[in-house]
Amino acid sequence: MVRRLAIPFGKEQGATLMVWLVALGITVLFLWLLSDVIWQGGQAINGAFLTQAPIKAGLEGGIAPILVSTGLVLGVCMGVSLPLGLGTALFLTEFSPQRSHQAIRLSLDILAGVPSIVFGLFGNAFFSKVLGLGFSILSGGLTLACMVLPILIRSIQVGLVNVPHEYRQAAAALGLSRLGTLKTLILPAALPGIAVGILLGIGRAIAETAALIFTSGYVDRMPTSLLDSGRVLSIHIFDLAMNIPGGEQNAYGTALVLVILLIVINTLVSWFAERFRQSKLQIL
Amino acid sequence: MTSPTLSPPSFTADHHQPPSVRVENLSLRYGRKMAFANVDAQFRAGQITALIGPSGCGKTSFLSCLNRLHELTPKAQLSGQVYLNNCDTATIPLTPLRRQVGMLFQKPNPFPLSIYRNLAFPLKEHGICDRTLIHHIIETTLTDVGLWAEVKNRLKAPALSLSGGQQQRLCLARALALKPRVLLMDEPCSALDPLSSEVIEDLILRLKGTYTILIVTHNLGQASRIADDVAFFWVQHDVGQLVEFGPAKDIFAHPKDPLTAAYVSGRRG
Repeated sequence: MVRRLAIPFGKEQGATLMVWLVALGITVLFLWLLSDVIWQGGQAINGAFLTQAPIKAGLEGGIAPILVSTGLVLGVCMGVSLPLGLGTALFLTEFSPQRSHQAIRLSLDILAGVPSIVFGLFGNAFFSKVLGLGFSILSGGLTLACMVLPILIRSIQVGLVNVPHEYRQAAAALGLSRLGTLKTLILPAALPGIAVGILLGIGRAIAETAALIFTSGYVDRMPTSLLDSGRVLSIHIFDLAMNIPGGEQNAYGTALVLVILLIVINTLVSWFAERFRQSKLQIL
Repeated sequence: MTSPTLSPPSFTADHHQPPSVRVENLSLRYGRKMAFANVDAQFRAGQITALIGPSGCGKTSFLSCLNRLHELTPKAQLSGQVYLNNCDTATIPLTPLRRQVGMLFQKPNPFPLSIYRNLAFPLKEHGICDRTLIHHIIETTLTDVGLWAEVKNRLKAPALSLSGGQQQRLCLARALALKPRVLLMDEPCSALDPLSSEVIEDLILRLKGTYTILIVTHNLGQASRIADDVAFFWVQHDVGQLVEFGPAKDIFAHPKDPLTAAYVSGRRG
């Protein structure tokens, strides 16, 4: 009787082993990729690489102007998309009638899946040509903002929806204004979700190549204004690896810088979000 | 648990008369589902009315209509009228209405803020910004709910670090700080241990006369101990109905409806 109730020994163990193997496989893959980039790129990186301008299309010299352009494009992108995304997510979760949600959610999900090259073409047609911004950091940043918005809105929305309903209920029962409730309770509680949105947005923006080829361009000079063309890290990697014979070494070096930049940004954003939440709320 | 030291309530002095609450032909539906229908009743000013009945008979939904909290539920549709004295609540803006009609929930729901800010934040939101006044109100309301002695040295501590019973008393203090005239309580003791729930019960009794109190409870003993009037709800044809309403002693000793008799004697429900 007891034996019949027991789970077959082998099945349970087999399933556990499978799960472990899958997890191990993914970790190994990631570490392999990372160690390859570190191994190959580590040799290229030194002080001069980070502070000098590229010479001979990047075969020699460093990536200083490219770092600056990347920062500017990212700054424009997040500066535009964050307020818009936060506003839209707030409107969707806190203020709009429930009925319109399905349609908006669907269009956001479809937009999030649109290939970046399509955004690039749109950015080229609209920002570069119609608005006359040309090949510039501004058109690149704005194009990326359009691309990042759906991801940003969806993750902030998830963060807001996950805030316990009791907060809203308790606040409403006390006759508190929606704005006050949002500011004091809902937004701080949703901060981890908002941070995830920002991270996904930055991750997508910083790795983008296709959309920027059409909008911010190739020029590897130090940009002097937002209306200058500028080359970002990912385009530099693409160009070095594909178009410049012997450029692999510096391509790896640039890739390593990109990976380090991503890790640093991730750490900083999560750290600030958690600190800010702790300063606003007292969750145990 | 330490038993709180109770002092005479301070909220009687500067308080308006509590209003009576009257509902006329009140029905609430969520989409196609009718929560309760055609409820007519007048709840006496300054008295405690217990709403009893089995789960799912619309008691909580009924309570949420009195401060229009049902409006948070997207598909909720209300028909009929609710009057505070003779004022239709539909005509009162939400903020003053909910300030007048305070509410205590089944599960204690303090904000994830400090004990102090749990009370100060709603006060500030309602335009009370004078720090000394805020501090005075916080001290008196916390004293009224017997919490002051327990927390006065750790007002900056997280409200969520309090025990369940303390949290519920903090929530009561938070509601009282806004000087409401009606208090709605949705099974305020059901998530608490017997000792904490006795403390809350004592508090409710002391609030009688100053506030018009409507309390949902599944604890018939509690209803008979604290209630002046009792409203008995039952589900008929999948819709909540007010079956019998009257003075507590009549409902418990001489119920008119056979359903009420069966429920209060424990034979059904």
